[in-house]
Amino acid sequence: MLQHLSLNIEETAAVILFGVGFTILLLHRNLIKKIMGMNVMDTATYLFLASKGYITGRAVPIVVDGVQEVEAYINPVPSGLVLTGIVVSVSTTALMLSLTIRLYERYHSLDLDEILIMAKEEEQT
Amino acid sequence: MSFVQNFPFFSIIIAMFSGIVSSVLDGKKARNLSLVMIAVTTALSAGTLAFCLGTGESYTFMMGHFPAPWGNEIRAGVLEGVTAVFFGVIMFLAVIGGLEHTAEDVEEKKLNLFYIMIDLMLSSLLALVYTNDLFTAYVFVEINTIAGCGLIMIRQKGRSMSAAIRYMIMSQLGSGLFLIGLSILYDVTGHLLMSPAKESVEMLVAEGSYRLPLLVIMAVIGVGLAIKSGLYPFHYWIPDTYGYATPTASAVLSGLVSKGYIFLLIKIFYRVLGYENLVSSQMANVLYVFGIVGMVMGSLHAIHETDTRRMTAYSSVAQIGYIYMGIGLGTSYGMVAAVFHIFTHSATKALLFISAVGLYEVSGDKKDYVSLRGAGYRNPLAGIGFTVGSLSMVGFPMLSGFISKLLFATSALESPHKMLPTLIVLAVSTTLNAVYFLRLVITLYSRRRPEDAPIPETVPRKSWHLRLAILCFIGVNLVLGLASQPIVQAITDGLAMFG
Repeated sequence: MLQHLSLNIEETAAVILFGVGFTILLLHRNLIKKIMGMNVMDTATYLFLASKGYITGRAVPIVVDGVQEVEAYINPVPSGLVLTGIVVSVSTTALMLSLTIRLYERYHSLDLDEILIMAKEEEQT
Repeated sequence: MSFVQNFPFFSIIIAMFSGIVSSVLDGKKARNLSLVMIAVTTALSAGTLAFCLGTGESYTFMMGHFPAPWGNEIRAGVLEGVTAVFFGVIMFLAVIGGLEHTAEDVEEKKLNLFYIMIDLMLSSLLALVYTNDLFTAYVFVEINTIAGCGLIMIRQKGRSMSAAIRYMIMSQLGSGLFLIGLSILYDVTGHLLMSPAKESVEMLVAEGSYRLPLLVIMAVIGVGLAIKSGLYPFHYWIPDTYGYATPTASAVLSGLVSKGYIFLLIKIFYRVLGYENLVSSQMANVLYVFGIVGMVMGSLHAIHETDTRRMTAYSSVAQIGYIYMGIGLGTSYGMVAAVFHIFTHSATKALLFISAVGLYEVSGDKKDYVSLRGAGYRNPLAGIGFTVGSLSMVGFPMLSGFISKLLFATSALESPHKMLPTLIVLAVSTTLNAVYFLRLVITLYSRRRPEDAPIPETVPRKSWHLRLAILCFIGVNLVLGLASQPIVQAITDGLAMFG
């Protein structure tokens, strides 16, 4: 079992990082750190995809010197997925950050628990 | 290839483009464009449905120039058609019903942004319904999340903005899990299209290899989409989100967004992972347990709630529990009941949120029980709408909720080990539903007491939009309740085509 983990060291690191990011996003009270956790989580997924998509000794599938064997190239789809994923996570990060700015301007706090309490009080008055 | 087969693609792209065009239009034009777009896409979906019913089979539609195992595909069948038509109708009525309130809650300059979100929401929902490609599904799940967040935060109140950030956080947790699940699935099977991926999964299961990764994939995708649809232990963002958004947004979020994710989950279970693998790996039992716990706990929370809008939101938690219970029963009957309940709940919850608006209007925009006393007399149609919705949720005969409960109960009889707990929890949950919904209905029709604070004089808005929407929603409920047979038949056929 341990041998498998050390053989797939990148995937192992990716899954651990995913867990770290997930936990920060779920449990941390500071909004900025939550967003950082989200980015760690997403990037871990890209590391996973990128390391799975690369085979040592093979090249990107662009035919330049006439080599046409399948064995010479890697599958381009995982890299494509990583790019798409990056676009998605950039846009969600931007949205979360803009929301955070709005909330900070209103409540002068980045602590989500405090913000929720203040929002509740504001509603009642 | 017949021209009709292009319709699913057209409907997605029309919805998306009207979102883009709306960004340069003013609020009113964007609104009208949105309404026309919803009507057109619903008509296109109806065309697709008629085509699939006519041929009796589903078809795939190649996107771009790469054929099956590599390219991107759309798939349309009876179930996709029914769901798309239904989503379109509910979306249209929700937008119509909340028209005035949207205009009030949203700054005039930003009104077109609200309708951009509605357009993108419909486009992503249609894409989730039709897509045959897992990564496309992920991208549209994210578009759906962003549009949903926009719909909540467009009302610039402190409570709705904090609800929006909570919604984003929970949704991102769900999407993260979904994405890593897809990545592992892609690594194990080598395919992103659903049909070839399923062949690989079947081969792996037959060989008995990759058992642990397949289990992880099922768990991670299941939990990811369960978080996003608000299954019980992950529900804590629901009451704020549905409770403080503008009425149209509440109706759309509770009625459609969570259902889109559940539909995708069912599609992945059937078309990629294999429903029988789900049952044999005990994953179905896990969803079943979460479902029945949610059915009871959601209702208990709702009983404690004093704000009636949050109460309605908590009742969604219970209803999502019903759907997951149906999925977890592990039989095709259970799945039919779950899909039917998706329809029931969208129609009924949207009716409740929209008709509640009419009641709050005549109660000085207060949402507690005391202020709502007698509101059913002050706005009769809204009162009737809310009563019909409540009775449907409780499971009154003739209404759609009754058919759902009947389907759940009969499908429970098919699975001997789960029969008793299902029937008991159904009975308990129905009683609890009756406690809080009927309490509110009785409140609506009880006379005001002299010690009650007087209602601020509000001129009741003579809005034909709201009335039309309430009447149509009641109609949809009655259709689902009285003419359920063809719909149940279509769902059964559609699920068979999934297989």
